[in-house]
Amino acid sequence: MDDAKFNDLIRKIRQIGKEIIEPNAKDVDKKARFPYESIDALKKLKLLSAYVPVTDGGMGLNVIQIAKICEVLGHYCGSTAMIYSMHKIQVACVVNHCENSSFFKSYIQKLVTEQRVMASATTEIGISGDLRSSICAVEEDGITFDLVKKAPVISYGADADDLMLTARRTPDAAKSDQVHVLVTKDQYKLEQISKWDSLGFRGTCSSGFVVNIKEAPTEQILPVPFANILSQSMHPFAHITWSALWSGISADAVNKARLYVRNEAKKALEHPPISAIRLGEVDNMLQLMRSNIESLAKEYQKMLEVNDENAFSNFGFGIRVNNLKVSSSQQMVDIVGRAMLICGIQSYLNESKFTLTRHIRDAYGAGLMVNNDRILQHNSTLLIMHKEEK
Amino acid sequence: MSIEKVKRILVSHGRLSSPVDELEEDSDLYNAGLTSLATVGLMLALEEEFDVEFPDSMLSRKTFASIESIVDAIEELNG
Repeated sequence: MDDAKFNDLIRKIRQIGKEIIEPNAKDVDKKARFPYESIDALKKLKLLSAYVPVTDGGMGLNVIQIAKICEVLGHYCGSTAMIYSMHKIQVACVVNHCENSSFFKSYIQKLVTEQRVMASATTEIGISGDLRSSICAVEEDGITFDLVKKAPVISYGADADDLMLTARRTPDAAKSDQVHVLVTKDQYKLEQISKWDSLGFRGTCSSGFVVNIKEAPTEQILPVPFANILSQSMHPFAHITWSALWSGISADAVNKARLYVRNEAKKALEHPPISAIRLGEVDNMLQLMRSNIESLAKEYQKMLEVNDENAFSNFGFGIRVNNLKVSSSQQMVDIVGRAMLICGIQSYLNESKFTLTRHIRDAYGAGLMVNNDRILQHNSTLLIMHKEEK
Repeated sequence: MSIEKVKRILVSHGRLSSPVDELEEDSDLYNAGLTSLATVGLMLALEEEFDVEFPDSMLSRKTFASIESIVDAIEELNG
């Protein structure tokens, strides 16, 4: 999509942000409920298929543009932005890896016309958060497959139309020999096993479920090993779009801080408030955070255009993607915290023009979803091998 | 010659869940249980055994994905 059309789309998203997403954000947060109004508004703009190529009926947006949408949504409601990002990661997995499959071709058509919400179940009870391991296995008879997966977390699992899951290829396969499957709501049953009453990102409704799939056609197993889907699509797409939406949450906090300083400055322009210095500091941090995201998003977009499979599996790229997630999640906590210092006690109140209570609660979730320590441990292993060229 | 050495190193450093002897030369080692930590040990052992150094461009999952791809990489490095 060209810049003029994309800017017009962003203007429309800001409008629904102001009129629908933000006014509902407090209720979504308070009740830890799915943001129906926001997602419906996104569906009306056909944004759930925005990453689908134009030739298949979508908007053909690239990852840089999807990240921008996530950032804009982050300004209005962190949960809505997270749901949109997680949905889009699933779309990318299908769009990037299934072009030769007739089932997935027709699925993409359904996604475009019905604006279906896609959720993901990659983690599993007993694998300690390691996405590249599965205990559950696909049991197929050549025509259909059954699968039972105990997932400690499926964000908006109860409200999604379709679900993508990882599993071992066969009951005899090694735990890392994984496939990725897509099933529609009529093909699985969910049994809720834990409740999502969390500090932040409450509207993502990330409860735990046992997923029971019966007799789903084998053509719904993605035609590429999950390892490839993870390194080429899921991993970079997730960390770029998550970081982008976190930068939106952070930017909204900085905007409140700016407004606060401006109000203070208006009272006595000849004596600028001391918090103005902090505003300068936090604005700089936001710029660093954005630059980091933009740089990796551009690198990834270029790799997608060149489509060199080897480049995606390069350990250096994997390390940079991980670094982005770790630093963005930390920067968000830091930036929102500093914005709170600027706005003072007003930011600590739930009912205030300068409230940042939801922002700071959301911020602390980012380092825990795919735990930063686990990511750093993985990077430290890869760094024993990886070296920078001179 | 290289193949046997690579297989021997895989036995001692690959920590695979299936026996190396049962693998084909193009079998996917990650599907056979090769983890990123084991890849590190494997790479260090290969560098020592063959007296080579893997450049950044070869440090990818693809290089260590099968016995065949490892042998190809070693041969390329040995010129």
